[in-house]
Amino acid sequence: MPPDPHYGESPHNGLFVSGLCKSYGPVQVLADASFEVRPGEVVALLGENGAGKSTVSNIIAGSTKPDAGTITWRGKSYSPASPAAAIDAGVGMIHQELKLLPDLSVAENVYVGRLPMRGGRIDRAAMNAQASAQLKRLGLDVSPERKVRTLRIAAQQQVEIAKALTLNAELLIFDEPTAALGGEETELLFKQIRKLKAEGMSFIYISHRLDEIAEIADRVVVMRDGRIVARHERADIPVRTVVEQMVGRSVERMFPQLSPPGDQTLLAVENLSSPEKSFNNVSFSVRAGEILGIAGLIGAGRTELVRAIAGADPISSGSVRVAGKPVHLNGPAAAIKAGVVLVPEDRKAQGVVLDQTIGENLAFGNFDHVAPKGWVFPKAVQKFAEAGISRLGVKGKPNQAVSKLSGGNQQKVIIAKWVSRPPKVFILDEPTRGIDVGARAAIYDVIADLARSGMAVVVVSSDLEEVLGLSHRVLVLSRGRQRGILDRSEASNVAVMELATS
Amino acid sequence: MAVSNDTSDLKGGELKAGAQAATAARLSALFAGTMGPLIGLVLLCLALTLTTDTFLTVRNILNVLDQITVLGIMAIGMTLVILIGGIDLSVGSVLALAAMVMGFVAHPDYLNLGMPAGIVAALVVAGLCGLVSGLLVTVTKLPPFIATLAMMSVARGLGNMITDGSQIVGFPDWFTSLSITRHFGFLSVTVGLMIVLAIIFAIFLNYRATGRSLYAIGGSAEVARLSGIPVKSLTNWVYAICGVLAGLAGIVLAARLDSVQPSSGLGYELDTIAAVVIGGASLSGGVGSIGGTAVGVLIIGVLRNGLNLLGVSPFIQQVVIGVVIALAVATDTWRRRSQ
Repeated sequence: MPPDPHYGESPHNGLFVSGLCKSYGPVQVLADASFEVRPGEVVALLGENGAGKSTVSNIIAGSTKPDAGTITWRGKSYSPASPAAAIDAGVGMIHQELKLLPDLSVAENVYVGRLPMRGGRIDRAAMNAQASAQLKRLGLDVSPERKVRTLRIAAQQQVEIAKALTLNAELLIFDEPTAALGGEETELLFKQIRKLKAEGMSFIYISHRLDEIAEIADRVVVMRDGRIVARHERADIPVRTVVEQMVGRSVERMFPQLSPPGDQTLLAVENLSSPEKSFNNVSFSVRAGEILGIAGLIGAGRTELVRAIAGADPISSGSVRVAGKPVHLNGPAAAIKAGVVLVPEDRKAQGVVLDQTIGENLAFGNFDHVAPKGWVFPKAVQKFAEAGISRLGVKGKPNQAVSKLSGGNQQKVIIAKWVSRPPKVFILDEPTRGIDVGARAAIYDVIADLARSGMAVVVVSSDLEEVLGLSHRVLVLSRGRQRGILDRSEASNVAVMELATS
Repeated sequence: MAVSNDTSDLKGGELKAGAQAATAARLSALFAGTMGPLIGLVLLCLALTLTTDTFLTVRNILNVLDQITVLGIMAIGMTLVILIGGIDLSVGSVLALAAMVMGFVAHPDYLNLGMPAGIVAALVVAGLCGLVSGLLVTVTKLPPFIATLAMMSVARGLGNMITDGSQIVGFPDWFTSLSITRHFGFLSVTVGLMIVLAIIFAIFLNYRATGRSLYAIGGSAEVARLSGIPVKSLTNWVYAICGVLAGLAGIVLAARLDSVQPSSGLGYELDTIAAVVIGGASLSGGVGSIGGTAVGVLIIGVLRNGLNLLGVSPFIQQVVIGVVIALAVATDTWRRRSQ
């Protein structure tokens, strides 16, 4: 894309990034990136995973050094040698994975590394008072003496913001700040961003949630393959336009055509409750070839419900029948044997062993098949893996480490692990979380194929559009209670949200 | 990955290359991550061959093998424990307890029930110690470090209680000859036992579903559980087997010394962990192999032997072994990062 025609036109005291390049070995992850952030504005940085957003932010926040290019910040040349140097210059970054010390207090976290001292001892009174003042500025009512571990994720994030404020940050970089937040918490965050913006602070805002951008950002910068491919002077641009710019082609058909479900009921859940009441008295059934979406806000009990059905967590009452037969849910092994498999929410922690090969990962759930007499031979694993890889279209080889795959391909490996059994009930929890927009369509196709092959499919997702586009019916949970099951014809954004917030 | 297979002769070439790659993969699986330590071992042997007259003699090599049997047998069990992301600090104490139990049951001055009964009792007690450690980890949810630290103290205390701290001396000739008589001119029963166990466990870890499952548990216990692998019961088994092998090492040590004492095996847990780690295993689990552990055990054994031949004081030996541990793990970490 040609240089920004408006670049540097209005001299201001903000951030100018000019011609940043960065390569790791032969791979160029950033090529000639230029953009600006004016004082008091929020610039959204959009792009698929690997587009170069993180590299740009890391350079600005001082944790990565560019190969070429310059940055000007507040009228001066700026090339931070370390995150500490960036912080000294007033640039802070709030990482997706929060960097807090869970067993220290809120105030200690805010002031860590520069605890106020008096007479050789930590001045706790002053520290707590100052931290309290910063938290108030954010409209947060949390005792500065509380341990961070006891706070909700959203509140922990506020502590990080408070910390940046006490460091006199004037530019804050947010990396996917709302990934772990619910609706209300997101609203609170946006309120705070607007308030700080009014005080003259600047923000770089990275997110995958395109719907948020229109709400919070002033301008949008779109990246693809290490390059800046579009700059928008306003944020209320159609989502489709942005997605097309991100993936570099037009997104014709995001969701696959669904086939009509069969008659046989494969999964019947009756009055299921969890010991912690994270879900209560849930009843539903799924037929062969049917996709049931489960929608709800964060904390509504969706993940807990499907984990329990897959035997991963205990239940307190209720029953689950698979193809008419009751399943004794006393562990994942029993559920798998009954034909219920789960693609878990946290791909990297629960789905794959990252350091091991695709072949090993596929074999782990299938020793009864790969090693019928208990003997595992590399050739059998290889053959099994090749079958799974070609069936799901995984871009990889059996002896390749799973950590080297993209998120979408890792997800396909997990699906491939189960698909050959074949299961009767296939549960997918957040199947596209953290996966590139372009790679999502492939996952959707796979899910539709699972249903087409006669399985009962359950899909949990926080992405409402995904649930609506992919499901024959949508079950809505709110605070652990089942609020209703909507048919595809009656399920709309509004209808689902009404139930989810009830 | 799209593989072109439009011409048949090309395909044949690919198949052949594939077979070769498979053989290479199998070999590299057996010595997974042990290339570095293996090179280190070879260099060490070369250096000692050049600097001493006595290192590269049949007699000395057999000596080295005799000296590493106790460490070698314990290291097999420790490999399993470290593979699943655990640690067992109790092996030295369990070794001593098992040896004392054997002495107490078998020796004429005590129960006098005969050697076979003594050996069985020793292995059962050692296995129970391991099982208790395992249950502390899986049921009580203690960190393995703490669970086995507790067992280390308990087993040592029990070992002392049996004879109120005194040693038991004198076992039948056939028993002590297990470690002395070299059949076919080179192989004592104890060395043979170590080699057979190493082969059995290498096959187990490489080719049995249960063995492969241990790699899954070490890689991520939650992934393994959600894949239907019985993580808890396997964990219990692994600690129990590690205990039995420590007990077996205690019996071998008793044969070598013709006596048992409650203070034996002090600090052996650290040597054992060192051997496994030098052999390329990761303390966070999921990475390691019997082949690697064998190399690690040999490095420690050869190093001790060589330093003795060179007349280096035992105190300096400790320093050298410490440096080798740091070097081995540092090179491994560095190599991984550069990949």
